[in-house]
Amino acid sequence: MTEISKEQVKHVANLARLALTEEEVETFTQQLGDIINYAELLNELDTDNVEPTTHVLDLKNVMRKDEPKEWIKKEDALKNAPDQKDGQFRVPSILE
Amino acid sequence: MTNFETVIGLEVHVELKTASKIFSPSPNAFGSEPNANVNPIDLGYPGVLPVLNEEAVNYAMKAAMAINCDIATNTKFDRKNYFYPDNPKAYQISQFDQPIGENGWIEIEVNGEKKKIGITRLHLEEDAGKLTHGDDGYSLVDYNRQGTPLVEIVSEPDIRTPEEAYAYLEKLKNIIQYTGVSDCKMEEGSLRCDANISIRPVGQEEFGTKTELKNLNSFSFVQKGLEFEEKRQREVLLNGGEILQETRRYDEQKKETILMRVKEGSDDYRYFPEPDLVPLYIDDAWKERIRAEIPELPDARRERYVKELDLPAYDAGVLTSTKEMSDFFEEAIEAGADVKQASNWLMGEVSAYMNKQQVEIQDLKMTPAALAKMIQLIEDGTISSKMAKKVFAELVENGGDPEKIVKDKGLVQISDEGQLREIITGILDENEQSIIDFKNGKDKALGFLVGQTMKATKGQANPPMVNKIIKEEIEKR
Repeated sequence: MTEISKEQVKHVANLARLALTEEEVETFTQQLGDIINYAELLNELDTDNVEPTTHVLDLKNVMRKDEPKEWIKKEDALKNAPDQKDGQFRVPSILE
Repeated sequence: MTNFETVIGLEVHVELKTASKIFSPSPNAFGSEPNANVNPIDLGYPGVLPVLNEEAVNYAMKAAMAINCDIATNTKFDRKNYFYPDNPKAYQISQFDQPIGENGWIEIEVNGEKKKIGITRLHLEEDAGKLTHGDDGYSLVDYNRQGTPLVEIVSEPDIRTPEEAYAYLEKLKNIIQYTGVSDCKMEEGSLRCDANISIRPVGQEEFGTKTELKNLNSFSFVQKGLEFEEKRQREVLLNGGEILQETRRYDEQKKETILMRVKEGSDDYRYFPEPDLVPLYIDDAWKERIRAEIPELPDARRERYVKELDLPAYDAGVLTSTKEMSDFFEEAIEAGADVKQASNWLMGEVSAYMNKQQVEIQDLKMTPAALAKMIQLIEDGTISSKMAKKVFAELVENGGDPEKIVKDKGLVQISDEGQLREIITGILDENEQSIIDFKNGKDKALGFLVGQTMKATKGQANPPMVNKIIKEEIEKR
């Protein structure tokens, strides 16, 4: 059994810029723990003779030629922007 | 007093000049209208899939090979997760544990001493968009740069002085430019550099705590920032203080580094293999094909210029400072220019013109063949070096054929011996006192007579011949 701590949940929430209530932290700690434990079922498989892989598809070197293509217009690019100014996306500034 | 040793590591980002972006077919161009070169992949819309641009891989391999890296056979991309508005996907596609290139090195020279600087890795990734911070609490985002292919080149902690850091950057830029995969223009952001620096008492094995410098807009600011930081850290330690792991920026006006933030713990990017891209397998045939495309690199050229062309090491260094300059030089000598003359013109008049006009050699109207022709005209005595300056001014500004310029401007030098002797005889007849003076050892008198001859010929007489003939005629009298 792998335990997920509340601190881990808060840390991950912070990285994802999510504000969670204490109640939600409780709920997600339980749920994330359950998910991890469910995934751990896979550890029951004997993988001693299986090569590690980083991808599920047995494919490699899928590439395209270096040819630029126009796809959408600038106006379309900005269409779904919640806010815009001078042809640019406008976002609340984030101070580093 | 304790002696300290400085340890510097540099992280350099270089944008690759492919025609399209690394994972989308948007044009990869600098200076377009904001957000003109974006598509749903760049904007991170749900459901879109990145497809790798083969040329970006070729370019990254080329750069990695040029800096002596081992090229990976099995490699892949990874997700680096972070939240920031410069990247709408909330992750950057990068490479984590299997970079394209590893274990490279370049050789630098500082104060006549050669030194190898190790390169830990070169990996391929995508650039992010550009933020412009306003003072109204908002920032504007231009995603044109989002998805531009980028290589990150990380040095080993081998650099010991800010001067070495400068030399390393110059050399790295020089080599990458030669490969043709990037312009390496810091002012356009196609080359960017972060530096980290720590100091430790001489003899101590472990590294001191390092600080990271950002916002370094030129190589000399890198050097100045590091010099300031070296001094600051020494003062802190000597006063019993402690160096904190922090990010600082270099303020160009104040000429000092300013604290941006203190790092607490390491960054948590939660890297994992990019599920939208399949792995890359680079076989030997592919590697060899790319290796064959790498042109002769600056060190090899410099050596060849000294050994085979008998040029001074200084000339060879200046001529190979950019591939364009070096190619221009080679084309000029190919077209028949004398090696040393071509070198002198390129290092002198041509460089002066380029500096003054802020233009690159490839943008000059003058062709290498035209420079060669002009040099030949000086050598065969058609024009004097003084006239050549006028020809050059016209050539560099408007291009054209030097021979035609010489004719159009009536610049042809008088090298006809009989004609010159006649003019000189007349001048000597009118200036007997000068002849006496010269015979009495007053060398100035000769200068005067030469001047009179030049005046009589409107500056068109061949100066070495005038000198020779005057002396011969005086001898006769």
